[in-house]
Amino acid sequence: MNLIKINNLNVSYKVGYKNISVLKNISFQVNSGEYICIVGNNGSGKSTLIKSLLGLVPVYKGQILKNCQKDEISYLPQSNSIPINFPATVEEIILSGTQNTVRRLPFYTKENKTLAQKAMEKAEVSKFSKRRFWELSGGQQQRVLFARAIAKNPKILILDEPCTGLDPVVSESFYKLLIKTNSEQKTTIIMVSHDLHSVKKYASKVLVLNKELLFCGSVRDWDKYRNGGDTI
Amino acid sequence: MNINEIISILSYPFMSRALIVGILVSLCASLLGVILVLKRYSLIGHGLADVGFASLSLAMAIGVSPIYISAPIVIFTSFIIMYVSQSKKINGDVAIGVFSTASLAFGVIITSLSNGLNMDVYSYMFGSILAMNKSDVTMSIVLSIVVITLFVVFYNRLFIVTEDENFAKASGINLTFYQFLISFLTALTVVIGMRMMGTLLISSLIIFPAVIAKKFAMSFKSLVILSAIVSIFCFIVGILVSFIFNLPTGAGIVLVNIITMFISSLINIIANKLGSYRN
Repeated sequence: MNLIKINNLNVSYKVGYKNISVLKNISFQVNSGEYICIVGNNGSGKSTLIKSLLGLVPVYKGQILKNCQKDEISYLPQSNSIPINFPATVEEIILSGTQNTVRRLPFYTKENKTLAQKAMEKAEVSKFSKRRFWELSGGQQQRVLFARAIAKNPKILILDEPCTGLDPVVSESFYKLLIKTNSEQKTTIIMVSHDLHSVKKYASKVLVLNKELLFCGSVRDWDKYRNGGDTI
Repeated sequence: MNINEIISILSYPFMSRALIVGILVSLCASLLGVILVLKRYSLIGHGLADVGFASLSLAMAIGVSPIYISAPIVIFTSFIIMYVSQSKKINGDVAIGVFSTASLAFGVIITSLSNGLNMDVYSYMFGSILAMNKSDVTMSIVLSIVVITLFVVFYNRLFIVTEDENFAKASGINLTFYQFLISFLTALTVVIGMRMMGTLLISSLIIFPAVIAKKFAMSFKSLVILSAIVSIFCFIVGILVSFIFNLPTGAGIVLVNIITMFISSLINIIANKLGSYRN
């Protein structure tokens, strides 16, 4: 099933009186259950692309057609998104991920708490649910943010370089968690990644970006594309 | 000094009025303070208090009860400050700096054109418990109830907005609405508190309790509760100190807050040392 269709997307920032174009004529589709990785150099517009999918930056030209509700899309930002020493427990942070879903009340109901409980079990963070977020190690923090993102059982999960600053072992266990969610819950995954090894191992579709869409296709085709002489 | 004396001080009518309003203001300021300190907006309170000073001078010059003039002016300015800091061209601190100095200048010009810098001006710069009359008290109670109710109702939303703005926005939460809500509540708190605390010292009520509570809080909820307790405790001790030693109220309360902060830092350091020995 087609979940998101992007037609001829253009995004630009205004710096002074100048319009600086970040994304040019991007078109692709996101189908249900896919595991999409977006790769490209720094400044190639990867983060801007997912921010425009999330509605965090305005679209200059083109369309993003979504075949799902806004609250069915969830977001896992880079790990430094929570202010340093922010005094909140793991439980409070994960509960906040269930906001604006069940009946859209400003209060937490029993349903919210059940959702958070399930997310904690899936992300294996139940053990330290009462501890403060900033007491945890980097890998544990990332799993907490992951639990927050999947708490509302989203159809699509968008991740921005989730494993920056994590060691290979911790990253690997995080990717296992991700592929498990992808295969068991059928959650569609769109991820910005620098880790080409894991892209090759887990992704079902790869996008190569450098302001324009250079490549969009399966991992096998991507391998051919890379060996064809282009460097990424 | 024994308990009976304290009770007799507290039973003066002006003192009980000051206590009612003071406790409510401390509560409002400490609740909001948690969010403002964590979001690094803590100087908004200070900037708005300067705007409050200008509106107070205006109210005094034309002879109207200050709270009716200050409330709309301060709320309106808080929206402008928030609006200007939203645009990426001007930072929030610049907006606050511009508005606070402009208001101070404006306020001083009005006062010198009307009565000159007299005792009244001194009392609203540094606070006085005698400043409250009955209608001020009623208005303060109403405004405090508004602030506390809105804070409690939107507690979870305010949490997510403070925790992670991008995530909140991606979850479909109207970020702009909550930013304006925060500045609206701050403006109300400043208006209610500024007669008693003084316009130059009201922002201390916002900043100190949150900073003290942050040293001990294990969760966001405990931070909010602890901050409220610290704030009310410091207010009551501070108002007694200022009455006994005949100091401006605002200054007395700030003094108690500073001492509390030092003691809490000491406790924190000792507890950390003991903790590391145990490990």
